[in-house]
Amino acid sequence: MSDIPSSHEATGPIRRPRRWHIGVFLLPAFIVYSAVMILPLIETLRLSLFNTVDGQPAFVGLGNFMVLFGDERWAADFWNALKNNVIFFIIHMLVQNPIGVALAAMLSIPKLRFAAFYRTAIFLPTLLSFVIVGFIWKLILSPIWGVSPYLMDLVGLKSFFSPWLGKPGSALIAVSLISVWQYVGIPMMLIYAALLNIPEEVIEAAECDGVTGWSQFWKIKLPLILPAIGIISILTFVGNFNAFDLIYTVQGALAGPDKSTDILGTLLYRTFFGFQLQLGDRSMGATIATVMFLIILAGVSLYLFAIQRRMRRYQF
Amino acid sequence: MSKARTSLTRTSLVHLALIGYAIISVFPVFLTLINSMKDRNAIFRNPMQLPTPETFDLVGYTTVLGQGDFATYFQNSFIVTVASIALVLLFGAMAAFALSEYRFRGNTLMGLYLAIGIMIPIRLGTVAILQGMVATGLVNTLTALVLVYTAQGIPLAVFILSEFMRTVSDDLKNAGRIDGLSEYAIFFRLVLPLVRPAMATVAVFTMIPIWNDLWFPLILAPSEATKTVTLGSQIFIGQFVTNWNAVLAALSLAILPVLILYFIFSRQLIRGITSGAVK
Repeated sequence: MSDIPSSHEATGPIRRPRRWHIGVFLLPAFIVYSAVMILPLIETLRLSLFNTVDGQPAFVGLGNFMVLFGDERWAADFWNALKNNVIFFIIHMLVQNPIGVALAAMLSIPKLRFAAFYRTAIFLPTLLSFVIVGFIWKLILSPIWGVSPYLMDLVGLKSFFSPWLGKPGSALIAVSLISVWQYVGIPMMLIYAALLNIPEEVIEAAECDGVTGWSQFWKIKLPLILPAIGIISILTFVGNFNAFDLIYTVQGALAGPDKSTDILGTLLYRTFFGFQLQLGDRSMGATIATVMFLIILAGVSLYLFAIQRRMRRYQF
Repeated sequence: MSKARTSLTRTSLVHLALIGYAIISVFPVFLTLINSMKDRNAIFRNPMQLPTPETFDLVGYTTVLGQGDFATYFQNSFIVTVASIALVLLFGAMAAFALSEYRFRGNTLMGLYLAIGIMIPIRLGTVAILQGMVATGLVNTLTALVLVYTAQGIPLAVFILSEFMRTVSDDLKNAGRIDGLSEYAIFFRLVLPLVRPAMATVAVFTMIPIWNDLWFPLILAPSEATKTVTLGSQIFIGQFVTNWNAVLAALSLAILPVLILYFIFSRQLIRGITSGAVK
């Protein structure tokens, strides 16, 4: 590697043995990134292998994980949070991404009027903070403020209204849909960009062969935007298994009612910092963070090694 | 003839669907804004109605501005966001320049190392980050937040900026070298001005998650003096749950800066997403 002369070295008369400026350029980013992100991450992973035994920190191996997965005080909460998180993710994949693709497909119709206006409006919620989104929807869905019943009355569905956020059976779905409402702009934009990047010739060739409208979308465009769909899927995955703010805002740290909206992020928060009568526990907090890390790592690796490689092969 | 008609129906259906979804997107925000300016009775009796002279009332805003220390919260958010963006752009651009301009041993490895942070969220290291901040006495300071957000923003900044820096012409840089410019001068005087559009994109991408973050202010800087707007309004609204005027006014105050910035930068942002970020 090092004996290949780079372009500018060939032009310079003297070959400089030590190029200090490379280090100077890299160092600030490297130091901040390592000190605040990578080292704490490694330290957190390490802490998950330790716990306090008789008042002394002691190495317990995978003991914390055994407790988390099997001990009666922890396991129920953990498996509940994991299950809810998986449901949270599945709802995003089934609702957010198809709506995003559909909106992008409509927006990318050539010469569509007001396209910029629609784009701006639909992307707006994505920029708002979870706190704002959470409280607005809490107010709108609240039975005290009759906005939802009133709106449902307009379409004749008033009898279906119920305080969804307060019922254990529907709270998780309601919160997931709020999150979908907020984030649909991201898949929409990324797919929209991918659709705009499809070469004119491909579309023209399809039209010459009589492939238009729906069949053109399914047979020509969809296969070409599969890589973008892969990207939005992995972004959704990472975002969902790391989510916390919205649930904390809408349902509080206890993720009520009856922990029916508890996901890994809220469980991590309660475990690490404690809440009300529960004391904070650093080792178990680190253990939950490690589990989240492994889940996200598994998802990202699956994406990089399996899905992306496969898609490349289809493309060429 | 019939073909033109079907395409007309199709276009109107598309418009109908898009208008419908645009309304769903904007309506909750609109509802909050109009009701924040009405008196309590009107909020409940006619939530859909625009404020009229009879129902117009700013009591919510006076409560919020009188009780919550929103000016401080805004100032904190502003300082944290601006400082973090400045550091992300400076450090990110420097590292991106090193990675895209020079060949050296470990270049690819360093690129991969910095890329980890694009996918793995910094939140997972919270336990040890808090420990580190306690050890260095940075808890409840804005510096702690700036450091965390800088580390969080660097990976994506390096990724996007190095893509752009590869497109800066080599001839230009070599001309600079022949004229005796140092590598630093080449970076600051030749390359940086040329990648300004990409820097703007990175700035917008970095800004949104920082301004909206609740997790780190809640954990690293929850004191009254260091609360950000997001955390401040979260706590404030939590205390005033039954005072609907105050809640709606606080929400509106939190929305407005985002709304204004969005209308100024939406083109930049959308162009950034649709061209720069997606390859």
